[in-house]
Amino acid sequence: MTGLKLIWIVPILPLLGAITNGLIGKLLSKRAVTFVALGSTGFSALFALFAFIELLSLDPSSRISESILFTWIESDKFIAEAGIQIDPLSGVFMLIVTGVGFLIHIYSVGYMGHEDGYSRYFAYLNLFMFSMLLLVLGNNFLIMFIGWEGVGLCSYLLIGYYYDKNSAVDAGKKAFVVNRIGDFGFILAIMWIFWTFGSIDYTSVFPVAHEVLPIGGFTVTGITLLLFIGATGKSAQIPLYTWLPDAMEGPTPVSALIHAATMVTAGVYMVARCNALFNIAPTSMIVVASIGAITALFAATMGLYQYDIKRVLAYSTVSQLGYMFLACGLGAYVAAVFHVITHAFFKACLFLGSGSVIHGLSGEQDMRQMGGLKKLMPLTHITFLISTLAIAGIPVFAGFFSKDEILLSAFFGETQGHLIYWALATTAAAVTSFYMFRLYYLTFSGVLRSTDQHVRDHVHESPPVMTAPLAILAGLAILGGLLGLPIIKDAHILKSFLAPVFSTRGAIEQPHPPMQIEFLLMAVSVGVAVIGIMVARYFYYTNPESAKKLAKKEGWIKIVYRTIQNKYYVDEIYDAIFVKPIFLASRDLLWRIFDMKVIDGLVNGIANFFYKLSQTIRKTQTGFVRNYAMIMVLGVVAVISVWFIVLGD
Amino acid sequence: MKQLVIPDVSLGAVGPEIVLVVTAILLLLLEVFTARKEKGYLAYTALGGVLLASAMTANMNGYTEMNFSGMYVVDNFASFFKLVCLLGTGMTILVSVTYTINEGISNGEYYALLLFATSGMFFMISGSDMVTIFMGLEVMSISLYALAGYTRNREKSNEAALKYFVLGALASAFLLYGIALIYGATGSTKLAIIGDSLRTGIANYHLIIIGAALLVVGFGFKISAVPFHMWAPDVYQGAPAPVTAFMSSGPKAATFAAFLRVFNEALPSMQADWWQIFWILSVMTMTVGNIMALRQTDVKRMLAYSSIAHAGYILMGFTTGDWFGVSAILFYMLVYTFMNIGVFAVVTIVARKNEEKTTFEDYTGLGYKHPIIGVTLVVLLFSLIGIPPTAGFVGKFYIFMSALQQGYVWLVIIAVVNSVISVFYYLRLTIVMYMTEETTEALPSLSLSPSLVTALIISIYGSLWLGVMPSSYITFAQAASLIP
Repeated sequence: MTGLKLIWIVPILPLLGAITNGLIGKLLSKRAVTFVALGSTGFSALFALFAFIELLSLDPSSRISESILFTWIESDKFIAEAGIQIDPLSGVFMLIVTGVGFLIHIYSVGYMGHEDGYSRYFAYLNLFMFSMLLLVLGNNFLIMFIGWEGVGLCSYLLIGYYYDKNSAVDAGKKAFVVNRIGDFGFILAIMWIFWTFGSIDYTSVFPVAHEVLPIGGFTVTGITLLLFIGATGKSAQIPLYTWLPDAMEGPTPVSALIHAATMVTAGVYMVARCNALFNIAPTSMIVVASIGAITALFAATMGLYQYDIKRVLAYSTVSQLGYMFLACGLGAYVAAVFHVITHAFFKACLFLGSGSVIHGLSGEQDMRQMGGLKKLMPLTHITFLISTLAIAGIPVFAGFFSKDEILLSAFFGETQGHLIYWALATTAAAVTSFYMFRLYYLTFSGVLRSTDQHVRDHVHESPPVMTAPLAILAGLAILGGLLGLPIIKDAHILKSFLAPVFSTRGAIEQPHPPMQIEFLLMAVSVGVAVIGIMVARYFYYTNPESAKKLAKKEGWIKIVYRTIQNKYYVDEIYDAIFVKPIFLASRDLLWRIFDMKVIDGLVNGIANFFYKLSQTIRKTQTGFVRNYAMIMVLGVVAVISVWFIVLGD
Repeated sequence: MKQLVIPDVSLGAVGPEIVLVVTAILLLLLEVFTARKEKGYLAYTALGGVLLASAMTANMNGYTEMNFSGMYVVDNFASFFKLVCLLGTGMTILVSVTYTINEGISNGEYYALLLFATSGMFFMISGSDMVTIFMGLEVMSISLYALAGYTRNREKSNEAALKYFVLGALASAFLLYGIALIYGATGSTKLAIIGDSLRTGIANYHLIIIGAALLVVGFGFKISAVPFHMWAPDVYQGAPAPVTAFMSSGPKAATFAAFLRVFNEALPSMQADWWQIFWILSVMTMTVGNIMALRQTDVKRMLAYSSIAHAGYILMGFTTGDWFGVSAILFYMLVYTFMNIGVFAVVTIVARKNEEKTTFEDYTGLGYKHPIIGVTLVVLLFSLIGIPPTAGFVGKFYIFMSALQQGYVWLVIIAVVNSVISVFYYLRLTIVMYMTEETTEALPSLSLSPSLVTALIISIYGSLWLGVMPSSYITFAQAASLIP
C-alpha cells in the first residue's frame, strides 16, 4: 500500500520540472532543459506505472487509495482537502497522461529543436502534465476544478505559443473564453453539489447519491446538465467546440498531447467519474448521448472539406469525442474509457505523424501541397497508415474494438431513440474512414505537389527522436484493442478492471446480445469503413491516373473526367456527386451558417450585447459632478423607497 | 449640580493609533529638517511606524475590551481589519518610494497623510458608537481628498480631488443625517443601545428605516457601491497611482468594517429587511462594475470598475447576516488588498513620469520586454479573475459558498456569470501584454527599485500562498468574524 500513498509524487514531479524550467530555464543550456523536462515526466511515468502495477495486485474491491495532503479550506460548515485518490478510473487516465505525455515530450525535443523559447515550451508542457494529473487524481470536485482550470490555462498558453502570429493569439483567447463559459457550468454544479450533499468529496457524494436524490429529480438533472456544460467546453462538443479547430495554431506536439490525447478527454473523465449522478438523471443521459452522436457526425462532415492537415485531425478529434460522450450517455462508460485509451494512441500518433510531415516539409500544412511522401518519409508513412486504419475502424487495429463497442451499445441500448444514435454513429464512421483516407492519399500517395523549391529540396524523414514515439504509439494503436476483446467471455480486461468504479444504481443495463447479431453488426461497421476507404481511394488514388486515360475518350465521360484531370477539380466533382448532398448541409448550411453565424454569432452576440450595454451605461458617466450628485440623490430615494416597499408599509 | 464623570481611558487600547499619529507628526517635523536628497528615508520612517502599529495590533489579537465609555472597542474583528489596513498602507508606502521621488513631490506630508488616513480607518473599525465611526470616516476622507490631489501640477489629479471632495461631502452629509435620525428614534448613538431599543421595540421604526437607508448611502459611497460609485472611475484615474492603490484597499476595508459592525450590532433585528437591500446593491454593483470595465481604454479606469465589481462580490457576504458571510468578507478583503495593490504597483511602474502611460496600448509587448513584471501582472490578474489556485479563487469561492449556504442561489448564479464577464477585460490586458506589434516608441527600461520589488513579492506571495494554503488565514478570519 505504501506505493499508493506516495502517489502524489506523480503530479509533483512535472510541477518541479515546470518550476525549474520556468524560473531558471533561460539560464540553463538546452541539454539541461531537456534533461529536466524529460527527467521529471519520465520518472513520473515510471512511478505511475509502478503504482498502477501495485493497484493491480490488490483485490478488485479494495482498489482505491486516498491520501490527504493538507486541509485546503476549513470551516465547520465547509471542508475542502487537498487529497489525491487513485482508483481504476484515475489509474487508467494517469497512465495515459504520463505515458503518452512522456512520448510527446521526447518527440518535442526533435520538433521544437529549432524553435525559440525552448525552456518556456517545456515549462508549459510540464505544467500541463501537473494540472492534468491533478484533474484525474483529485479526490474531490474542487481539486478536479483546479486541475481543470490549470489545463485550460496551459492550453491557452501553448496555443498562443507562436505569439508573433496574431491568429495564434486569437485562437488562444478563443479557447480560453469558450472554456470559461463551460467552467461557469462546472463551478455552479460544484456549488450545487455542495449545497445538496454538504460535501464535495467523491466518497461522500457518489455512494449516497441515489439515496439523497430521487431518480430523474430536478436537482440531479440540474447538477448533471451543468456538469455536462463544463464537459462540452473542455471536450469541444456542440455548441462549444469552435475553439478546438482554431487551437491547431499551437505547436503540433501540443495538439497531440492536449488537443487530442489528454485534455479534451477531461470531459469524458468527468462524466465517467460522476456516473453515480448521471445514472440517476435519465434526461441528462439523453442529452449527453444526443449531443455526442450529433457532434460525432457533424464534426466528421466538417472534416471532409478541410485542406489543412491539422484541421482535418482537429475535426476528427471533435467527432471521436462525440463517440465517447455517446457511450457515456448510453451508460456504456467502459466503452467510453476504452475509446479514450485507443483514441489517445492513434490520435496522438496521427498528430505526431502530421507534425513529422509538417516538419519534413518546412512547415507546410496544406495537403494540396503534399503527396508522394510514402517513399520520402517511410517510417512516418507506415505509422500514419496504421493509425489511420485504427481510426477508420478496421479490425485488428485498436480503434475497431472500442468504436464497435460503442456502436453495439447504441444498437442494443435501452435509451429512447437508440437506433437513431446507432445510425448517426455508423454514418459518422463511414465519413470518418473516407476523410481519413482522403488525408492519407493526399499526403502520402502520388507525387509531391509542392512547387516551392525550398520545400522540395529539404524533404526529409524526421530524426529518430521523433519517429521512435511514432513507432511506439503505432504499436499501441495495434495492440490497444487487446484491452477489450469482444464476444469471448472475460476477455474484456478493461470492463472487469473498471467495474468497481461504475455505480450500478440506476445504471442502464449493458446488453449481452446474441453472438450472431454482434458479428453482423461488426460486419456492418467494417463494411461502411471499407466503403469509405474505397471511395477515398477511387477519388484520390486510383482516379488521378485513370482520369488522363478517360479524358481522351469521347462523349459524356470526357466532360466528366476532363474536369477531374485537374486535381483541384477532383474536389469540385466529389462535392457534386458524393459530398454535395451532405455538404450543402454541412459546408454551406452547417459550417457557414450554423458554425459561423449561429455559434460565433451567439458568442459574439453575447459579447456585443454587453459591449452595447456598456456603451449605454457609459453615457451616465458624464464627468460632471452635478450629474453624479443627482444620481446619488436618486439612489438615496431608491434605497429608501425599496426599503419601504420591501417592508410593505 | 451634576457631577462631571471622566470616562475611563485606556491608552493601551489605542496604542496603534497613537503610534500612527505620532509617526505622522514626526514625519511633518522631519520634513522640515531633511535635505531634499535624503527625503527618501522619510518613507522608511513611515514604514517603521506602520510595522510598529502592526506588531501592537497583532499583539491585541484574541483580546476584547470596551473603552472610552463604550465608544471604542478592541476585538478580533477590529484587529483583523486593522491588520488588513496596515498591510494596505505598508504596501502603498513601498510603492510610493520611487513614485514620490520621480514626481518630485514633497515626501513628509504625503506619508503623514497616509498615516493620518490609516488612523482614521482605525477609529472607523473600532468605533462602537456612530460618532466615533463618523469621526474616523472624516479623518480618513479628508486625508484622502488631499492625497487624491497630491500631484498638483496634473490637471486630472486636481479634478479628482475636487470631485471626490464634493461628492464625499454629500455622502458624509447623508451619513450624518442617518445617524441623527437613528439617534432621534432610539435616543442613542451607541451601537449596543440602538440594538437593544430595536429589540425591545421602543424605537420609531420609520425613522430607523430612513436612518438605516441613509447609512447605506453613506457607507455605500465609500465602498463605491452602485449607484453611489460615480466618483470612483474619475478619482481612481486622476489620483496618483499609489494613492489609487491605497484608496482601493484600506479605506474600503475600514468602511466594510464599520458597515458590518453597524448593521450586525445595531440593526441585527432588521436583518430580514436589509438583506434584500444588500442583495440588490450587490447585484447592481458587480454587474455595472463588470460591464463598464469591458469598454475601458485606460488601465486605471478599468481597475476602478474592477474594484467596483469586487465590492459587489464582497457585498454578497452582507446578505447572509451570519458569521460565515462575515468571515468570507474578512478573507476576501485580505486577498483583495494583496492582489490589488500588486496590480497598482505594476501600473505605477509602467506609468512612469507624470503618469502618461496608463492606456492599454502602453502595455503592448510588456510581457516580452519585461518578462518578470509581465508574469507578475498575469498572476495578479488571474487572481482578480479568480482562477485557481490563486487566492482570488479561494476568496470568491468562499464568499459564494457563504451566500449559497443561506440559499441565495440566484445571487450566486449572477455572481458566477459576472465573474465570467470579468474574464474578458482582465484577459484583454494580458493579451495586449503578449502582443509583439511594435509600439510607436520602444519601451524605455523601467525603473525597479528594491521597495517596489518588495511590494510585488508581497502581493505575489499573498495571491498565491493564500490560494494554495489558505487554511490558517481562513481560521484567522473565522475567529475574527464572531461578532455577537
